[in-house]
Formats: sequence, structure tokens, C-alpha cells
Amino acid sequence: MTYTAAEIWLIIAIMGVGTFLIRFSFLGLIGNRPMPSFVLRLLRFTPVAVLPGMVAPLVLWPPATGGDPDPIRMLAALATVAVGIWTRNVLWAITAGAVTLYGAMAMTALI
Amino acid sequence: MTTSTVKTPAKSPYWAGFRDGLPFILMAAPFATVFGVIATDAGLTLAQAMGFSVLVIAGASQFAAIQMMIENASIAFVLLAALAVNLRMAMYSASLVPYLGAAPLWQRVLVAYLNFDQTYIVSVARYESRPEMTVSERVAYFVGVATPIVPFWVGMTFVGIIAGAAIPEAWALDFIMPIMFLAMVAPMVKSLAHVAATCVSMSVALALINLPSGTGLLIAAGAAMLTGALVEIWMEGRKA
Repeated sequence: MTYTAAEIWLIIAIMGVGTFLIRFSFLGLIGNRPMPSFVLRLLRFTPVAVLPGMVAPLVLWPPATGGDPDPIRMLAALATVAVGIWTRNVLWAITAGAVTLYGAMAMTALI
Repeated sequence: MTTSTVKTPAKSPYWAGFRDGLPFILMAAPFATVFGVIATDAGLTLAQAMGFSVLVIAGASQFAAIQMMIENASIAFVLLAALAVNLRMAMYSASLVPYLGAAPLWQRVLVAYLNFDQTYIVSVARYESRPEMTVSERVAYFVGVATPIVPFWVGMTFVGIIAGAAIPEAWALDFIMPIMFLAMVAPMVKSLAHVAATCVSMSVALALINLPSGTGLLIAAGAAMLTGALVEIWMEGRKA
């Protein structure tokens, strides 16, 4: 990380204000006017549109291994997704991913 | 006659909300702890990491910001990626208007500050099932849901920061963040439109990996949102 302290605080401040304004938007300023339904539709997809794109390169080319594909990390990612879809529960998915990651790391350390 | 199966009416909307918010401590506490650990690992000071949790209170976007900062993306891209993750809250805000739009401004400000996934989902479910609630009861319920969650969010971030300094490199902390993101997204993928959006997001981001940090992700996210919306419209058309 190469940001100055002032830059980091700027990021935090703008994120704080920006996130509040997003949350306040309709409730506070726009009032009862209805949103165009296509905009609502687009907004609904933001989490599944942003996060997978952020994660995919980290799974395939983890920076910690210098970008070399790592079977342990891929396995952990697969376990997280599988359990997440199966249980629909964030905590179980994290548990599955972490157990797979550390389990596989421990096993390869023993071999 | 037994009364054990009869739901005891809650004493006040605030305490009913408080009770319904309690289980989410289980979710907020580990998330916040991991955030504290990762933020420290990335090089943030104690005050900066706490600043995130107090001023932003939005887990996924806090993680997204740290990830972009680790990648040394330009400040504009850090902000764009992190705020994009929070855009869904504009939708929450819009859908609260029919229930809370008539509340005084200071109450709407308070609700907006506390409007995150858990408070929103729990509260709207309650409002829908009890149309007789007054506006002030609804506000009290909303604040009630947030009351047990927020102190744990902030407090466990602090615990994570303190613990993070003691965690060795060998723990592969770099990969806890991808796991958290995948775990947050996987349960949200509940229709063909979501699957399509997810696939477009991943493939475009991978294809554009060589663009300056953040640029590819932004294009991928835009394309994925559009894909999700269009596939959803197409599916609704087929059903009709």
C-alpha cells in the first residue's frame, strides 16, 4: 500500500459520506417519487456484478504466490461457493472455505 | 389450554426489534473481526480501521476498499469499486419510503445511517407482515434491530485490529478476503439472471486483467448489471 495517511482518511471520509448519501437518497431527498423500474433492476444486481469480478483473479492468480495458480486456494474457493449455494448461509460458506484452506494447508505441510 | 405456542406480543416495537436483531451478532462479530485483522495486515492504523467500521458500517464495501488499496489502485477506483458495492442500498432506501417516508428528518437520517443488509431485510419483513404499525413504531423497530448489531460491529473490529498484529504470515490471510466475498455472493445467486451476471462479471474481469487496476472491474460490473437486468426481463417475458 502506497497511500499517505491523508489519502487514506480521504478514502474513508468519502466512503462514509457516499455510503450515507446512498442510504439516505430516496428516503431523504427524493421522497415518494417512484424510481424507474429499470434502474431498480440494475441496482439489484450490483453485489453479484461487482464481487465475483473482484474475486476471480484472486482465485486464479493469487498475489501471495506471485500469481501462480494454487490448487489449495482454488479448492477453498470452490468449497465456499458450493456450501454457500447449498446452505444459502454466509457463515457456513465462510466456515467451509476456511476449513478447506487451512485443512489442505496443514495436510500439504505434513506430506 | 397451553399458551406456549402463542407468540407473546412484544412490549414495545423497539424491544421487538432488539430481539430480532440479536441473532445477527453471530454474523457481524466474525465479519468485523476479520475486517480488523485484514485492515491491519494491509497497513492501516488502528484509527483508520476503526474509522471505516464507524463511518461506513458496510462490510462488503469495507473489504472491497481494502482489497483495492492492497492493489494500489488510484483513489478514484478504490472509491468507485467500494461505493458500487453499496449501490444496492439505494434500492433499500427506495423501498423504505412507503413505510418511513413520513417520519421526521432526523429519524430518517438515523435510519439511513443504520440501513445495512440485516436491519433492512428484517425490518421490511416486519413492516410487510404488520401493516397496522405506525410510522414511529416502524422507526423504533428499525433502530431496535440495529441496537445489538452496531456495538459488536465496532467492538469486534477493534478486537481484530489488536489480534491482527499478532497473526503470522503463514496463515494465508490474503485468501480470507476472497473467501468472505464468495461466501457473501453465493447465497445471493438465486436465479438464472444472477448466474448470468456472475459469469459476465468474472469473465470480463479476467479478460481485462491487464488494464490499470480497477478499470477492468468497473467495466465488468457494468456489463454484469446490464446482463442481469436483461436476462431477468427476458425470463419474465417468457413466463408471461
